[in-house]
Amino acid sequence: MTDHLPVLLVVVPLVAAPIAALLNHPRLSWAVAVAATLWTLYAGLELLSQTMASGVIHYELGGWAAPYGIEYVVDPLNAWVVVIVTLIGALIAPYARVSVEREITEDRIPLFYAAFILCLTGLLGIAVTGDVFNVFVFLEISSLSAYALIALGSDRRALTASFQYLIMGSVGATFIVIGIGLMYVMTGTLNMADLADRLPEVASSRTIPVAFTFLTVGITLKLALFPLHLWLPNAYTYAPSAVTAFIASTATKVAVYLLLRFFFTIFGATFSFDVMQLDRILMPLALIAIVAMSLVAIYQENVKRLLAYSSVAQIGYMVLGISFASVLGLTAGILHLFNHALMKGALFMSMGCVMYRVGSVRLERMNGLGRAMPWTMAAFVVGGLSLIGVPLTVGFVSKWYLVQAALEQGMWPVAGVVLLGSLLALMYVWKVVEVAYFREADPELGISEAPLSLLAPTWLLVLGNLYFGINASDSVGVATRAAEMLLGVLS
Amino acid sequence: MIDTNLVVGVCLLLPVLGAFLVLVFGSRPNVREAATLLTGGLTFWHVWGLLHHVREGARPRLELLEIVPGVQLAFEVEPLGLLFALVASFLWIVTTLYAIGYMRGHHEKNQTRFFFFFAIAIAGALGVAFSANLFTLFAFYEVLTLCTFPLVTHHQTDEARKAGRVYLGILLTTSVAFQLLAIIWTWQLADTVDFTEGGILSGTASNGVLSAILVLFVFGVGKAAVMPFHRWLPAAMVAPTPVSALLHAVAVVKAGVFTVLKVAVYIFGIDLLGTLAATTWLAWIAAATIILGSLVAFQKDNLKARLAYSTISQLSYIVLGALLANEWGVIGGGMHIAMHAFGKITLFFAAGAVLVAAHEKDISRMHGLGRRMPITFGAFFIGSLSIIGLPPAGGSWSKWFLGMGTLEAGQVGLLAVLMLSSLLGLYYLLEVPVKAFFFRPPDDAQRGKGIKEAPLPSLIAIGITASATVGFFFWPDLWHELMSMVVSGVTQ
Repeated sequence: MTDHLPVLLVVVPLVAAPIAALLNHPRLSWAVAVAATLWTLYAGLELLSQTMASGVIHYELGGWAAPYGIEYVVDPLNAWVVVIVTLIGALIAPYARVSVEREITEDRIPLFYAAFILCLTGLLGIAVTGDVFNVFVFLEISSLSAYALIALGSDRRALTASFQYLIMGSVGATFIVIGIGLMYVMTGTLNMADLADRLPEVASSRTIPVAFTFLTVGITLKLALFPLHLWLPNAYTYAPSAVTAFIASTATKVAVYLLLRFFFTIFGATFSFDVMQLDRILMPLALIAIVAMSLVAIYQENVKRLLAYSSVAQIGYMVLGISFASVLGLTAGILHLFNHALMKGALFMSMGCVMYRVGSVRLERMNGLGRAMPWTMAAFVVGGLSLIGVPLTVGFVSKWYLVQAALEQGMWPVAGVVLLGSLLALMYVWKVVEVAYFREADPELGISEAPLSLLAPTWLLVLGNLYFGINASDSVGVATRAAEMLLGVLS
Repeated sequence: MIDTNLVVGVCLLLPVLGAFLVLVFGSRPNVREAATLLTGGLTFWHVWGLLHHVREGARPRLELLEIVPGVQLAFEVEPLGLLFALVASFLWIVTTLYAIGYMRGHHEKNQTRFFFFFAIAIAGALGVAFSANLFTLFAFYEVLTLCTFPLVTHHQTDEARKAGRVYLGILLTTSVAFQLLAIIWTWQLADTVDFTEGGILSGTASNGVLSAILVLFVFGVGKAAVMPFHRWLPAAMVAPTPVSALLHAVAVVKAGVFTVLKVAVYIFGIDLLGTLAATTWLAWIAAATIILGSLVAFQKDNLKARLAYSTISQLSYIVLGALLANEWGVIGGGMHIAMHAFGKITLFFAAGAVLVAAHEKDISRMHGLGRRMPITFGAFFIGSLSIIGLPPAGGSWSKWFLGMGTLEAGQVGLLAVLMLSSLLGLYYLLEVPVKAFFFRPPDDAQRGKGIKEAPLPSLIAIGITASATVGFFFWPDLWHELMSMVVSGVTQ
């Protein structure tokens, strides 16, 4: 069976989704979701250890040989992304039961789980496939299910947020498919490895730079790079808590993966950075994202929206690392994929706990929560410290590499901006801390601590923030391997 | 007999254990405080046990794990760190004793939280003291910043919230923006961040780059309170007095100047430091802080605020000692860590005792209180002598060595600064006991009735630190010996 893991990783949840819908029972559908996410987590970890031990895994779908049939390719980079997605999925599924019962009407819960599993399927499919058209198909699966998930939010503004995301997301997906089409026209292949071989011959044509441009815009729209992030804050704010935590920690990460895959594996670093000079556009945008979006976050009154703007800023860190196009820079970016998933997951999940008890995550409703919900707010504080980048948390490790990458190229003003971002993060995190710990709660509300089924997954992620901050050798090891592979310095 | 390397770990774990005992026994104050005293005693006993090994030339080392490839979370006990650890762990016991009297006498709320974070802060300070590399030091430095935040804002009032912002804002900003940058830069240049005898930066980059790193370090260690990054220390005075006494006269601020000394000796190395362009003008910034701090202290009528500015001034003595870049300066600076700690904690204890017993914060309202509280103000007098640098108090030794250092460096101007600052100290510190003993109370019939000395545990604590202050005048050998070991190792 382990031979078929790459495809089973995708097929099992793909089959589980309609089962969850057909069972049409809140608890049973939930159980299917938990089982599916646990399976994907197992498969993801297994794939990662296999590829780290014995190199790239190729899997031909239906036995059709590579450039003609569809091929799944697992290397350290996408195995890493798969682990991030499945890990968050496996924590969100048990978390969702209580949270969703509170925020979504009962008759829609089975559909919620079906959409959730489908979204997971799509994200995993994007990650493991070695075929660019397949990428587009899975992108649509994950996006459409994500629109549905966001629209399930209890606030009516969730519908407009979802619609906004639908429009923007479709523009992005269309750009991507145009880019893929142009590449196909020029090379006659959709297989990533084959494309990488054939593209250099036609790279001097006008068409390939155009394809490159369409792909750049489409992917950066999906990963919400400033200024194409406009869909993100509303979507994160009004989606159900569990959905926000899931999408914030996975969807943008997979889009960043696509960026890496297209620009390094398919086009190659030389074409992307020397010919097209991608860094000239990515680096300024990343720096603006870090500073401007952190500043915007400081002025938010809704904590989920605050964290959403913070996400746009954090995406800036990842893209910044990538824009260095050096091993250190890519290591920092790839590492931050994982680290940011850990911290944002923990933060949004703690906000889900608040939503469950208080019914709102607006700051004025959070007075004195430090005393009323000590574990929830402690989780927020640790997650926030990680976001700031305090030592012994994962945020610090990311920063350590990012600043090194900047200094390595002598760009110390860039290093300064990275550190400035930390201080801005301190300001918006502390804004919440002060409300929760320095204002008196209204005792009549009688708010108590969130139930264990919400706290346990939240705290698992919080502990992950500390564990991978103290013992980062494993995560750094995988990220370095992936970075070396993308740049082709691995023998 | 357990391995000495493990003793290092025990020293760090004991306060953490103590912190959790405090949580467990939170509802039973007597057991809770007994637990703190017991763990405090055990911690000090273990740190003291390390002294013997260090004297014999051993450097107990504990490597926990590799955080990122090449950078370890590791501890190593060398004389300078041991000096800081001895001071911090001993004064923790005394302060706990004092805090028992103070917190109960002053009816403070949330005492369990208070003692919990207090113990964690000590673990942080010991972690800083025993760090084997810059990375570990930075990690514990930030632990110390964060776990003292709930102590500073203990009262959870609006005033505390604002002070907390200043405190965290300045300490985190300087450490993240400057210190971290300096550390990563060092790592990039030297490929290591281990504290090494003779330094690691020599010959790795131009004089200009190394000067820039030195500037980043000196200002990045916000806890050393070199102007203009000193505002957090007066802000921290909203905390209960035991916090001001142990943390903002000893553990936190000394962690700052300790870091500066450690970087000077083990990252740059004294020889390299002496050749850098930035060293001299940084020394003058420290000198300016010494004078300005004293001048501001002059104008403060609130006793704790005055002591805070006095601390700012005194901390820069130690920074200056490091920047003199010679043996005398380093010995004097290191000894001043201990001497100032004992002297200043006595002053804060006395200030807190006045607050608990007479509910007075302002010096102008302390006239005549000396007759009611002779022990408290007597101790204040002794502590003042030590800070000023007069016999028979320990502070005279460290100032002596610092003065020698300025001459060795050929900076007579800096010697004049030290003298001037002592003169200023003579006035702004001794004003307090003089007014308390010799001035007539404003309205004898109304005030002063029923004012007695502070609670007994607090008085015992004051007595211990005051006698130690005098004792170190006659027996400064321990501190001198440790600092000589630091210097002799460096110049070998």
